[in-house]
Amino acid sequence: MTTLENQMPDVVMTADHIRTKKLPVVADLAIAVVALIVAGAIVFGTGIGNWVLALVLGLVLYLVGLNIAAGRVEGRRAARNRMWRAAIYVACLLAVIPLASVAWTLISKGSSRLDGDFFNASMNNIGARDAGGGAYHAIIGTLEQVGIATVLAVPLGVLGAIYIVEYGRGKLTATIRFFVDVMTGVPSIVAGLFVLSFWVLIVSPWFNHGTPRFSGFAAALALTVLMLPTIVRSTEEMLRLVPGPLREGSYALGVPKWKTITRIVLPTALPGIVTGVMLAVARAAGETAPVLLVAGGADAINFNAFSGNQSSLALFVYQQAGSASKYAPDRAWTAALTLVAIVLILTIAAKLLARRNRLSR
Amino acid sequence: MGDYPSRSTNATAGGSGMPGRHVRSAGNGVSPRSYEEPPLGGGGALPKKARFSMESGFRGLSLAAGLMVLVIIVAIAIFLISKAVPAINADKSNFLTTKDWFPNDASPHFGIAALAFGTVLTAVIALIVAVPIALGIALFLSHYAPKSLATPLGFVMDLLAAVPSVVFGLWGRDLFQNPVRDFSVWLNHYFHWIPLFGGDGPFGQSILLGSLVLAIMVLPIVTSLSREVFQQTPAMNEEAALALGATKWEMVRTAVLPYGKPGVIAAVMLGLGRALGETIALALTLGITFNVSFNLIQAGGNSIAANIANTFGEANDVGRGALIASGLVLFVITLVVNMTARAIIYRRREFRDSAA
Repeated sequence: MTTLENQMPDVVMTADHIRTKKLPVVADLAIAVVALIVAGAIVFGTGIGNWVLALVLGLVLYLVGLNIAAGRVEGRRAARNRMWRAAIYVACLLAVIPLASVAWTLISKGSSRLDGDFFNASMNNIGARDAGGGAYHAIIGTLEQVGIATVLAVPLGVLGAIYIVEYGRGKLTATIRFFVDVMTGVPSIVAGLFVLSFWVLIVSPWFNHGTPRFSGFAAALALTVLMLPTIVRSTEEMLRLVPGPLREGSYALGVPKWKTITRIVLPTALPGIVTGVMLAVARAAGETAPVLLVAGGADAINFNAFSGNQSSLALFVYQQAGSASKYAPDRAWTAALTLVAIVLILTIAAKLLARRNRLSR
Repeated sequence: MGDYPSRSTNATAGGSGMPGRHVRSAGNGVSPRSYEEPPLGGGGALPKKARFSMESGFRGLSLAAGLMVLVIIVAIAIFLISKAVPAINADKSNFLTTKDWFPNDASPHFGIAALAFGTVLTAVIALIVAVPIALGIALFLSHYAPKSLATPLGFVMDLLAAVPSVVFGLWGRDLFQNPVRDFSVWLNHYFHWIPLFGGDGPFGQSILLGSLVLAIMVLPIVTSLSREVFQQTPAMNEEAALALGATKWEMVRTAVLPYGKPGVIAAVMLGLGRALGETIALALTLGITFNVSFNLIQAGGNSIAANIANTFGEANDVGRGALIASGLVLFVITLVVNMTARAIIYRRREFRDSAA
């Protein structure tokens, strides 16, 4: 006689007793339908809201009903498990709705001005009542500013990461690492204000007969401040992934450390570093606030980033969004679509590159 | 005596066989060592560490680049302070407690109170909305979704983090405003007895709209950070929980969530930092007013960053200084938030390399 038979003689070991009971899918669906109908009846019967409220109320009723029904059939713990799973699925759906709406609006509204004129004309001499106009000057501005910022930030960032990983010991390195992380969180507008007070108001008068001057280069400086910590972080991560034996092999052959780093470590980590740089570039291209503060924003085409006001795509979107012209929203949305396209292409390319990276985590 | 090898490149000054003479060749870091006595084990073959070589040059260069980060952080503080102090001195009223913002007047009076309040309020509401949803999605991606769904969905989340804020601002103003206005009217109709939803209009460009747009923007960041933390839960802990008969939710609650708690807190703090500093989305969606009010649905609200973007165009010298002073306050707030977040992350070494 086993203990079970001894203790509980009336329990028969059949499949029904061994398996836990499950709430059938049909019952699940039925609860959902009933909940929706009841919610609809309450909401439209009393007239306290529209279909959105009905949907929300239906959802709440469904969760409650599911909890009760599953609690009866499956037990309290299983019911709670069910409810949380449903809540997690709902959270996902809830997040997808606005994001899908953003994507749909971008495409539907943004395609209205997607013509040759938009990419070949500036806003020079385009008044409030004029249709047409384009973002050529803004695209040039974005490319130049982000280009200069990349040229400044990449060497600094990569060298900084090399110091942290290859040379750094002790407190100083820990401090640098900590502040790199902190710097990632510096708001873009603060970076803009920094360059405004440092470059535009203090340094640029030296080159411009004593009057402060906005320029695309100032915007590039602000973007550099924003890109630098991102590049240091991603490069640092990649350098740490380079296997130690590669370095040791090189040292064993008598290669000096700097040559080991430049010839062995950097090439090995290169795809990862490029990925990080591209992500940083994509983020910088979308920044509005610093450009707004220090580039001045111009309507005309200006190829010279070092002198005269410049615009950028993100700034163009913001300016057109604030404009009273009835043609402005179309321009704003098309520029936004262009901007998102540039940023997403960069991001996707970076992610695909990361996937081909042999050093991936 | 001269039977140990020398790597001197300078034959005339020759290192070999000539002890007692200090020689330094012009080579890069490979200079002969000379000793009164040959060291044990033929160590004279090792190159002397030169004072200037590619090695030390490269090291110095990388050190300088690393220090650049510290220099920039300090420079931000110094330059902001240097421009803010004259403006605060010109301020005719208390900078910290005044709610108005008239820095361009002949007798400028302005203060940070309303702006700082609005900044914190919008960011906090955005997080209250975003964090539960973000945690839900993170759990879905790490533990609930099948892999074929989780990978592309995670990819999309990462893409969303890259969408520029001006796009969200434009969407919030042009499209999201109407549903939120309807919702505000409904809230006001039935819940006007709660001070949060009181007032008698107009509704629309309100703190609610700004916070909701902000919530959508911080969602991807909080999600991807907490997902990474959840994925790092040791499989051992999860399996142990399941083996003890825990349901899936009990496993998540007892194994995944406690393990990920510091990481989640850090992710929330980082999201808070992002929300506090957000500029353009709020500049487009808030209905710029300068008052301290908890009313969420009435048109109004303002934040430090949005105010800078909105009033920078017509600011004079003092006005610019005043904006820089407000930026300094924002910098300090975000610095505190970020440093707290990082300190939490650093306490748990496991998360060191996961937080972006």
